[in-house]
Amino acid sequence: MEAENAVRIVNISKTFGSIVANDKVCLDIKRGEILALLGENGSGKTTLMNMLSGIYFPDEGQIFIGDKEVSIRSPKDAYDLRIGMIHQHFKLVDVFTAAENIVLGLEDRERLSRKAIAARVQQICEHYGFDVDPNQKVYNMSVSQKQTLEIVQVLYRGADILILDEPTAVLTPQETEKLFTVMRNMKADGKSVVIITHKLHEVMEVSDRVAVLRKGKYIGEVATKDTNPQALTDMMVGRAVALNIERPEPKDTVERLRIENLSLTSKDGVQVLKDLSFSAMGGEILGIAGISGSGQKELLEAIAGLQDVTGSIKYFPPDGNGGAGVELVGKHPLQISRMGVALSFVPEDRLGMGLVASMGTADNMMLKTYRDGHRLFPDRKPPNRLAKEVVEELEVMTPSINTPVRKLSGGNVQKVLVGREISANPTVLMTAYAVRGLDINTSYTIYRLLNEQKKAGVAVIYVGEDLDVLLELCDRILVLCDGQINGIVDGRSTSKEEVGLLMTHLRKEESE
Amino acid sequence: MSPKEPFVRITRRESPFTRALLIRIAAFVLALIVSALIIVAIIKVNPVKVYGSMLDGAFGSKKRSWITIRDAMTLLCIAVALAPAFKMRFWNIGAEGQILVGGLATSACIICLGGSVSLPLLFLLMIVTSLLAGAVWGLIPALFKARWNTNETLFTLMMNYVAIQLTSYFVAKWEHPYGSNTVGIIPWDNSKVGWLPNMFSHGFNTDYGWNVLIVLAVTVLMFIYLKYSKQGYEIAVVGESENTARYAGISVPKVYIRTMLISGAVAGLAGFIAVSGASHTISTSTAGGRGFTAIIVAWLAKFNTFTMIVMSFLLVALEKGAAQIASDYGFNDYASEMVTGIILFFILGSEFFINYRLVFRGSARKEAE
Amino acid sequence: MTGAQLVSLIQAAIVFGTVIMFGALGEILTEKAGNLNLGVPGIMYIGGISGLAGAFIYESHAAQPTGIVGLIIALLCCLIGSALAGGLYSLLTITFRANQQVTGLTLTIFGSGIANFFGGSLNRMAGGVGQISTSVTSAAFRANMPIASSTGLFGKIVLSYGFMAYLAIIIAIVLGWFLARSRIGLNLRAVGENPGTADAAGISVTKYKYLATCIGAAITGMGGLYYTMDYIKGTWSTDGSIEKLGWLSVALVIFATWKPRNIVWGSYLFGVLFWLYFYIEGLTRSSQELFKMLPYLVTLLVLVMVSLRRKRESQPPAALGEPYFREER
Repeated sequence: MEAENAVRIVNISKTFGSIVANDKVCLDIKRGEILALLGENGSGKTTLMNMLSGIYFPDEGQIFIGDKEVSIRSPKDAYDLRIGMIHQHFKLVDVFTAAENIVLGLEDRERLSRKAIAARVQQICEHYGFDVDPNQKVYNMSVSQKQTLEIVQVLYRGADILILDEPTAVLTPQETEKLFTVMRNMKADGKSVVIITHKLHEVMEVSDRVAVLRKGKYIGEVATKDTNPQALTDMMVGRAVALNIERPEPKDTVERLRIENLSLTSKDGVQVLKDLSFSAMGGEILGIAGISGSGQKELLEAIAGLQDVTGSIKYFPPDGNGGAGVELVGKHPLQISRMGVALSFVPEDRLGMGLVASMGTADNMMLKTYRDGHRLFPDRKPPNRLAKEVVEELEVMTPSINTPVRKLSGGNVQKVLVGREISANPTVLMTAYAVRGLDINTSYTIYRLLNEQKKAGVAVIYVGEDLDVLLELCDRILVLCDGQINGIVDGRSTSKEEVGLLMTHLRKEESE
Repeated sequence: MSPKEPFVRITRRESPFTRALLIRIAAFVLALIVSALIIVAIIKVNPVKVYGSMLDGAFGSKKRSWITIRDAMTLLCIAVALAPAFKMRFWNIGAEGQILVGGLATSACIICLGGSVSLPLLFLLMIVTSLLAGAVWGLIPALFKARWNTNETLFTLMMNYVAIQLTSYFVAKWEHPYGSNTVGIIPWDNSKVGWLPNMFSHGFNTDYGWNVLIVLAVTVLMFIYLKYSKQGYEIAVVGESENTARYAGISVPKVYIRTMLISGAVAGLAGFIAVSGASHTISTSTAGGRGFTAIIVAWLAKFNTFTMIVMSFLLVALEKGAAQIASDYGFNDYASEMVTGIILFFILGSEFFINYRLVFRGSARKEAE
Repeated sequence: MTGAQLVSLIQAAIVFGTVIMFGALGEILTEKAGNLNLGVPGIMYIGGISGLAGAFIYESHAAQPTGIVGLIIALLCCLIGSALAGGLYSLLTITFRANQQVTGLTLTIFGSGIANFFGGSLNRMAGGVGQISTSVTSAAFRANMPIASSTGLFGKIVLSYGFMAYLAIIIAIVLGWFLARSRIGLNLRAVGENPGTADAAGISVTKYKYLATCIGAAITGMGGLYYTMDYIKGTWSTDGSIEKLGWLSVALVIFATWKPRNIVWGSYLFGVLFWLYFYIEGLTRSSQELFKMLPYLVTLLVLVMVSLRRKRESQPPAALGEPYFREER
């Protein structure tokens, strides 16, 4: 007798360093169903599925396929068990054709019979309603074509269990609709489909069952027909937790940045930012919420002068001499700082962008100020002094101020970076995922620092992923969804559910 | 745990200075043993005696010691030239060509101007033109890299051969005596104008104090430039991450171009030293592969110019020693290249054991407990 | 230029081109797996000396040496010797994660050293430069088809070479087919383009890199063998020509934009460019040297054009020169 479950995951745990990505997760995947795996960023959904597809190997726990316990050590093992995963970042070779990508790594025959492959691809396409040109090069494909190709690749390998990691993030509504039709066809064929997503309306539309993860733990499952978006949001974000983050009343707020019609198209031709308009006020913390990849990174980089955007970013200096404001669009970071715009930026990629990993704290302190002073040699005294101050005041654990920051722990790296950015006496302070991966104490240190800046009249922009924190820390919360502003809410009066829905549910009247 | 765990895994580690040093010394000793075994297998003499003659060859007399020092200095100068480029992660494989054009410029000054301008002016011209020639040779690939991201490894490699043919062209032009296919010792009137003189006595070629002085000065300056100057700071940032550089407002193309001007110029200066301070002639073997050897020196020294001094001495002493064995035991001195290769292989391999640790099945568990 | 001169230029170009064709074909295979092996000159040295030493030892020990046996021994020694050199490079760069460029350059130094060391010793044992007696084997390498002399111009231009000149073309065709058409070739290219993707598709990146580098080195080494056994007729000279030819092979790979079919005509073109000075009248010796710059200048031009045009098919393998370690993804 065949087991009802295609996959059983029992007590799987996985840690990365000190971060527990999965904590004793149990999950069943049934035959002929579409299972939605729901959870916030960092809840461990992708990690869990990567262990099914052979990318990671679990620290503990068991995986059963049918009745048999298996160990999946490589993607090849996963294919042999008929598991296929469509990753968020496509795993395709750009200079290859669709057909070449599809048969990559397969060992059935020595010769590459283009005809035979094309015929089989054609068969799969007709069966599920895809449109793939086997001879098209990947670099000529749109994002949705690439995704289709990945799905065909997995089907070509005969997968019975398909995992799609946030497949709709890059698709238009029409493309999404098409994808869902395909998923339903696969279900009708008896295949198991897992869709990792945060978009609630999609969960409601396409899935049969929903399993929810939160902070690496399995929260529960529910049949889709028995639930509603509100209930799912509650499961996903949990009860509001009282964090007791201080939130002083904003005083004397003045407009510091005015962003108008800001748009950005990425190199791949995807519109990452769509016509954003908002203001950031001195003396308040503006939170930016959104599913990861909704354009937060690009927005901050655009303000910092690191992206070629269209639209307008006006800066109003605190001395009031700016008049109609200083335009920042089209300027390099150096030009921006030379215009006297005191802009501080704590980027998401701390060691790859904000800091020089191989340099010590002291040398990192002068990354933006080394040009000051003597013509040939930077004055090392101020950065050394500053490094000592930062180390002392923020309690950075480092053997010396010359120890490469690469060797420091994540929290200490962030303290060095935030310390430097705050020490520049900014009028605008932007932080991206400032507390990601940090322990509680360091996180509170960061919140305290941000509040101090706010009290000093700085316009603080806080991009965050933890809704509890956003709700307690920020005065206003701007919610990005799919590169658009889906609403700006008052941090004091809004609820976790409201923000959660705005993050996942594009308001219809704006999207059409 | 379960047998599912792979038999051996590789994990990163940070080695303290002493362990790193011990591993490197062990690699060096192993390399010497392996080379000794090879040599002994061929000539069947006591390996201890072989190493005795190597020492003799490198430092056996005052003259030999000076020549070892002279050649080590030239190699060091080239390695120092490469340091900024490699620190910036710009693969300048073109030192060979940059040395040659520097040497050509120096030779041209001696041949065309020797005797007709005052000695200080001649030296000034030699130095300036060799710096300029090298700088131009470094600039060309940098421009293409900065503008169109043209692959610099392959570009600089080709520039070497353009320089070699250019040298051949001038060797044919300046051939002396006719039919020899060499330039001969310049200047041809045997006046020794344009030679770097002895520092500690009158005459030439009994000490190479000036070579040492010039190269050590460049070494110290480059150390200061890389470690303490603003431009050195920019080089380090660009080499580490172009993203960080842009974040800090550094213009990456500008740094590429400026750094390669410097790198090429110093390599050109090495050409000046090779011609004016050592060989007093120019040929396609003036660089003699040292442009490549210096890459290995610079890489293994992790761009620290002072470590390069040690590395350069080590390699040149080995080369001289191997040449000595060759003449003592009657075989050719390519033995030195072979030994150099073996030692470099071992040092390259040893880096792995400094940076990584092998974890065998089961041992990780034990550690955790 | 007279007709006879033209024929002799073409012959010289083909002989010259064959040496670098082997070198470049081996390097293409290696680079397609993402390994930038700058040890080409060293490998050609090692291939040349291994073959020569094999033939020498055979001829000086066998009572009645025959050409075909000498040929097989020389070829085998060459393949084994150069594959070992490739194995050494692979061990250091793939397993020990040493830098590819630096390791390749070291291999060039080492190969030149070991080959000239043994080559010099062989010369000495044989009683002087040019005295190495491998005449039987070398004659076998240089034997051309009997009909070459009786078929006039066609025979002179097309049939007058030793078998390795044709072997090179066969390898180029096979390699071209292998890379473009076979599954293993496809997997190999994926490793060089995007090892992460290849890994995810179930391809053993390490195995492919090792095999491609070792087999590539064996092909490259044959260039050295052809040079010693055919070009300079079974002798050894320590004049550094092999090194120059080795770097030309690296240039040829760029010139051919990593495509074996371009290697064939490219190598002959390089041969023509290299020998052209010899046939142009009125050139002084110095301007001849400027002429010899042509292959390198043409390569530079191609390199710049490739980066300007950004045509995706003409780019170097995307992960060329970069290490790949799965756990550091």
